[in-house]
Amino acid sequence: MKLKANIATSENGFIFNPATGDSFTSNAIAAEILTYMKAGESETEIKQKILDRYEVELCQLERDWDDYMLQLKEANLLDL
Amino acid sequence: MKQKYERPTIRKMNTGLMNKFGTRTDFDPVESIDGVAVKDLVEQYGSPVFVLSEKQIRRNYQAALRSFKTRYPKVQFAWSYKTNYLNAVCKVFHQEGSWAEVVSGFEYHKALGNGVAGHQIIFNGPDKKEADLILAIENHSLIHIDHFDELYLLIQLTERINKTAKVAIRVNFDTGVYPIWDRFGFNYENGQAWTAINKIAKANKMELVGLHCHIGTFMLSTAAYAVAAAKLCQLALKCKNELQNPLQYLDLGGGFPSTNTLKGAYLPGVDTVPSVEDFAEAITNTILEAGFATNELPLLILESGRVLIDDAGYLIGSVLANKRLSDGRRATIFDFGINILFTSNWYDHKISVAKESGQYTEETVLFGPLCMNIDVIRESIMLPLLERGDQVVVHKVGAYNMTQWMQFINMRPAVVLIDQQVKSHLIRKPENLDYLEMMEVVPDYLKT
Repeated sequence: MKLKANIATSENGFIFNPATGDSFTSNAIAAEILTYMKAGESETEIKQKILDRYEVELCQLERDWDDYMLQLKEANLLDL
Repeated sequence: MKQKYERPTIRKMNTGLMNKFGTRTDFDPVESIDGVAVKDLVEQYGSPVFVLSEKQIRRNYQAALRSFKTRYPKVQFAWSYKTNYLNAVCKVFHQEGSWAEVVSGFEYHKALGNGVAGHQIIFNGPDKKEADLILAIENHSLIHIDHFDELYLLIQLTERINKTAKVAIRVNFDTGVYPIWDRFGFNYENGQAWTAINKIAKANKMELVGLHCHIGTFMLSTAAYAVAAAKLCQLALKCKNELQNPLQYLDLGGGFPSTNTLKGAYLPGVDTVPSVEDFAEAITNTILEAGFATNELPLLILESGRVLIDDAGYLIGSVLANKRLSDGRRATIFDFGINILFTSNWYDHKISVAKESGQYTEETVLFGPLCMNIDVIRESIMLPLLERGDQVVVHKVGAYNMTQWMQFINMRPAVVLIDQQVKSHLIRKPENLDYLEMMEVVPDYLKT
């Protein structure tokens, strides 16, 4: 799962897609994951970082990860 | 130490003109009801569970009574059983001084069982069985006649048992609100009501003691009540002047709205719905100016239900699952649906989370647990990010849900009353399979 190269993100969670003009806000964890994705980290690495930093079980994170990827896909932000 | 987790989510920003009214999202969690923790209620009584606040019921009743009594000398409330006929609820109203207003035989018997004196029971509705009418005549209850067939039946019954019935007629009229509720009672404008009154006057064993109307439900116009009161007064004065039959009471029925928000309404109910004070002002001013002598002012009866109990009722439920729909919308499935929250068909109920959550919200569709496509509680609501097992509190559900609920797919849950000393009491047990099958009979040939 890779973000499209032209997607602009900010630290506070603002996302802009210059190709469509759509903009989005995201919550803190969503913004953090985007930062890792932009840095080219793998899915496994990102999940481990979230597990290390937050009070969450792996099974919960797996569920939410799939849903988050679906949101990014629906928003046309992923390079498929 | 690890940080608090919240599932990752994004929200598309819409550009365009800002909504000048604004819509505030309620983030504030409702962690307790009347001082009892939501968590404890669920632990003790399960989820979903209806919770009623005795304190709020009494507060509503006393405020409504005060609104009328400060404007008019003779006022009597009669609790509308169909709105919520759990015995504990009815008894709270009767303790406050309310009579009973019933619309069926079983409600009539419930009122008797709750200790209401026969002459303080108002018997409304189009379906009164012969046996129920005889009982009502013998108990000197106030029988509100709905149609001519009932009138003729009453004449026969009173002759047969040789007892006098205390009666009123239900009158319907054009109050400027449409559709007109003309399926109940006798019409005023076409003279039907006056014809019925004359027939009662001529009957040997019928005593016409009042007039009744009930012009609609969730009425948002106080002017309609002024029109209704004026027409009832004209009819009452005609009874006195032409038939020498002064009436003891005028019953303006119910229909006052709660502060729930109707589906499709642009502004929330709390900002748009007239108060009981407004209705009291419209009704009492009209009666006081109608031309009754001061010592002949009729008793004013109100049959309010919804406005007295809706905001005293809460429904606690839990999240069963989250999912994403084909169009990308978030959906949350709760353990309660239209089976027990009948009023979600016409209200956008306010729903609060039951514990502190993040400030980030997302638009969500709320579904109930039924295997039915129509089981939608809210088409769209902004809620904090909920997880399976999280609890929510639905507000203002005290009216009609605990009488119109369905035993469909799921059983009906427990109902709890929180008393004025902050103690919770189970006032209706959750249903079980034994209860469900209690009335079933399997023919012998199918038993093996």
